[in-house]
Amino acid sequence: MTRQIQATNDFVVKFANVNGSGSASANGLFVKAILRMGVAVAARNIFPSNIQGLPTWYEIRVSGNGWLGRRGGVDLMVAMNPQTWDRDIAEIDSGGYLFYDSTKPMPASKFRDDITVVGIPLTALCNAAYVEPSKRKVLKNIIYLGALTYLLGIEQDVVEALLAEEYASKPALIPANIEAMSIGFNHAKANLKPLGLQLKRADAVGDRIFVDGNTAAALGAVYGGATVCAWYPITPSTSVAEGFTDYCKKLRHDPETGEARYAIVQAEDEIASIGIVVGAGWNGSRAFTCTSGPGVSLMQEFIGLSYFAEIPAVIFDVQRGGPSTGMPTRTQQSDILSAAYASHGDTKHVLLLPEGPNECFEFGAQAFDLADRLQTMIFVMLDLDMGMNEWLIEPFKWDDSKVLDHGKVMTADMLEAGADFGRYKDVDGDGIPWRTLPATHPSKGAYFTRGTSRDPYARYSEEGAVYVDNMERLLRKFETAKSLVPGPILKKASKQTAYGVIYYGSTSPAMDEALATLEARGLQVDALRVRAFPFAGEVFDFIAGHELVFVVEQNRDAQLRALLINEGGVDPARLVKVLNYDGSPITARFIQAELAKGMGAVDVNAAGEMAQ
Amino acid sequence: MTYIVKPQFHHPSLTTNKLGFTRRDYEGRVSTLCAGCGHDSISAAIVQACFEIDLEPHRLAKLSGIGCSSKTPDYFLSASHGFNTVHGRMPSVLTGANLANRELIYLGVSGDGDSASIGLGQFAHAMRRGVNMAYIVENNGVYGLTKGQFSATADKGSKSKKGVVNSDSGIDLVALALQLGATFVGRSFSGDKEQLVPLIKAALTHKGAAFIDVLSPCIAFNNHKGSTKSFDWVREHNEAVNKLDVLLGRAPITTSYEPGSLVEVAQHDGSTLMLRKVAHDYDATDRVKAMTYLQERQAVGEIVTGLLYVDPEAEDLHDALNTVHRPLNGLSNSELTPGSGALDKINAALR
Repeated sequence: MTRQIQATNDFVVKFANVNGSGSASANGLFVKAILRMGVAVAARNIFPSNIQGLPTWYEIRVSGNGWLGRRGGVDLMVAMNPQTWDRDIAEIDSGGYLFYDSTKPMPASKFRDDITVVGIPLTALCNAAYVEPSKRKVLKNIIYLGALTYLLGIEQDVVEALLAEEYASKPALIPANIEAMSIGFNHAKANLKPLGLQLKRADAVGDRIFVDGNTAAALGAVYGGATVCAWYPITPSTSVAEGFTDYCKKLRHDPETGEARYAIVQAEDEIASIGIVVGAGWNGSRAFTCTSGPGVSLMQEFIGLSYFAEIPAVIFDVQRGGPSTGMPTRTQQSDILSAAYASHGDTKHVLLLPEGPNECFEFGAQAFDLADRLQTMIFVMLDLDMGMNEWLIEPFKWDDSKVLDHGKVMTADMLEAGADFGRYKDVDGDGIPWRTLPATHPSKGAYFTRGTSRDPYARYSEEGAVYVDNMERLLRKFETAKSLVPGPILKKASKQTAYGVIYYGSTSPAMDEALATLEARGLQVDALRVRAFPFAGEVFDFIAGHELVFVVEQNRDAQLRALLINEGGVDPARLVKVLNYDGSPITARFIQAELAKGMGAVDVNAAGEMAQ
Repeated sequence: MTYIVKPQFHHPSLTTNKLGFTRRDYEGRVSTLCAGCGHDSISAAIVQACFEIDLEPHRLAKLSGIGCSSKTPDYFLSASHGFNTVHGRMPSVLTGANLANRELIYLGVSGDGDSASIGLGQFAHAMRRGVNMAYIVENNGVYGLTKGQFSATADKGSKSKKGVVNSDSGIDLVALALQLGATFVGRSFSGDKEQLVPLIKAALTHKGAAFIDVLSPCIAFNNHKGSTKSFDWVREHNEAVNKLDVLLGRAPITTSYEPGSLVEVAQHDGSTLMLRKVAHDYDATDRVKAMTYLQERQAVGEIVTGLLYVDPEAEDLHDALNTVHRPLNGLSNSELTPGSGALDKINAALR
């Protein structure tokens, strides 16, 4: 008898599908049903840069303990794609389960003897019930959803209620979907036993919401007061602009006239997008673009202009696998260096590093205050994992007493009162000059903005001393930024330890689980989550306070580590690279194995290594 | 010193416009272009046009790209905010500025390298979007700052100062603007102030994408025999289709016109364009016929100038986006941020 993994509310299910087959909605319903049973779940879509016909996977982490990163490994594979059969079968953990369409017999060699195989004649059931090809294609997914409902102990009425909600706008489709669900459920019940993997109603979801980071960032832009959005479609950032459009339609129209309190332009390319953003920022509107690495490459010249002419602007960079076209639908944190030092000449830019949708919303709003306050480009660095996957998070919060900070904008009254206006003059010692908006005053405060070197009064100058003075002021401004950007968050281990780990972004949920597992094994690591560049002093204090610091990242070249070394003069030998860059989100098992190895412990479970 | 301050003295008898400004109030710093450069004549025409339409200088925003032409906004309208952007990208920056505050007048100044070579894409898309602006290309067919390379508007067969014959076809920005949907298209010559000043006045008062191609000979690198952008060549081949007067608001019509030769075009802002026909078969409100006419005349070597096309009913990008009539940059906190109540509803919809 094959050993069978027995687990309640704690397992990984992976659906292997063909894209364009309608599986996404069935898989989405599966996840929502688990959430409705009060069990925490994390879902990740692994998809190709393609519309129809190529392999796509949907990986679901069910976690009674609330771990929401990727764990690594697969307990149940729902293998619906013959193209990827062999690798899908190989991926199942020993003792795990395979669910497949048994309509056509498969040779025994196509299976493994250390897993439990559960076959359902899906195609046969579907073809017996439906004649039209379109119904056969879509409802087949619902039939397997019905079968899994039985096999995993999902409450049938929860699934029925969800189907009714899903098709609320097309009620005619509800009975057909419920019928298809029953075909799968009843067949499984008559012919099979429930699996060792079971779901049990719990109360672990609370009032949490299920949302992707791009939507959250878009909502952040609305709350942050953005009025101009210029963008060019690019995976995986497109849904930021689409989300902004949707929320603006609901929240940003004048109730009396119906007119829009925003302007969204789908530009001809990324260069025009950032040009529009810079023009709007110069003229006092909060403006942003959303893009990915290739877009940031195209925007380089304007990013330098924003830095040097000191124009507020915001870029949401939803990072994907690079370089070049790279892996457009896979995740990475590989734009850190190219964003931090974007454009020619000596430049440095503020990066905000959200860990998931909550901070996408929070930083998404804050970015506009920072852009105005610092009069410069602000990057919000998402990635595909947090941007395009729905995460289970605490509800969004907003403090109604908050007032948008427009920074140092000189008014007509100030000019009238005799203020000595020099656009690039450091009046307050923080490196941040005052600016005027066009048309502020009939005769005072106008200046000619340019990317060329100029004196504190914005007059063109190529004098060395004038140039150096300005460049030093820009450094002082960057120093000021350290006290304004979100600070790092420290998680101390239960005991004093010489080991530290630095991480950021979407690594967060997997890191939480890895740290808990390491603690349970008696391996203590202090953890510091970096939330912005420039780095606050605490980051270097943390490094100085530990003998060895792991820097966990999702790129090949240890880009954040390079920034730490470059900006803090840290001895590279004390910063150990831990890198996952195969395009799949980092797993808890991988982090745990790498850190354990680094601390000299032999890991008991080497699974979850980055794909080689 | 890498800039030159202009003395503020002016003759006490200098005339003032309705707002009490003299022409000097529309000037800028001393030009650093070559003596005799056509671009300086265009700057002077801009100064004259703004003076004549009684513009409050600070209500105009001037934007440019990179090149000799793009330096000129420093040489006019010192009381206006200006933005010298990056090469070929003025149209996008102007578009963003216009979105932020629809109440100002936007003047884009560019050159043939800036708009027809590196910036051809942005030129095209600003036209087709109907950004409310006056877009002037100071067209000399040559790269001046880098000393004499052909630009994309150089005609095929024309000769560079070093004697090289251009083998590429020239880009006609007027033809492009017409095809792309610009709602005001004109062409003029830096040496013809009488024609240029009214065109600039009309473009500044036009609502929508207004484009003027101004042939502006480069005295240093493109004013020789064999060039089709030299003073002599342009003078010899210049064929105006009409003469324009711009009447502001409800100003009484004082000029007398010959009957039957005059077309009046009322613009959105209340101004009237009085067009005296020179070419009798030319209709400046018919886009298709204008395009055909221009192609025909170009084929026989003429440089057709004047107000070539105007759509007085034009709409702009703000109309298309249905934006509020107040500037977006002046909206209040409560008009922009929906608050925690709205957020609770959003949260509820995400469960």
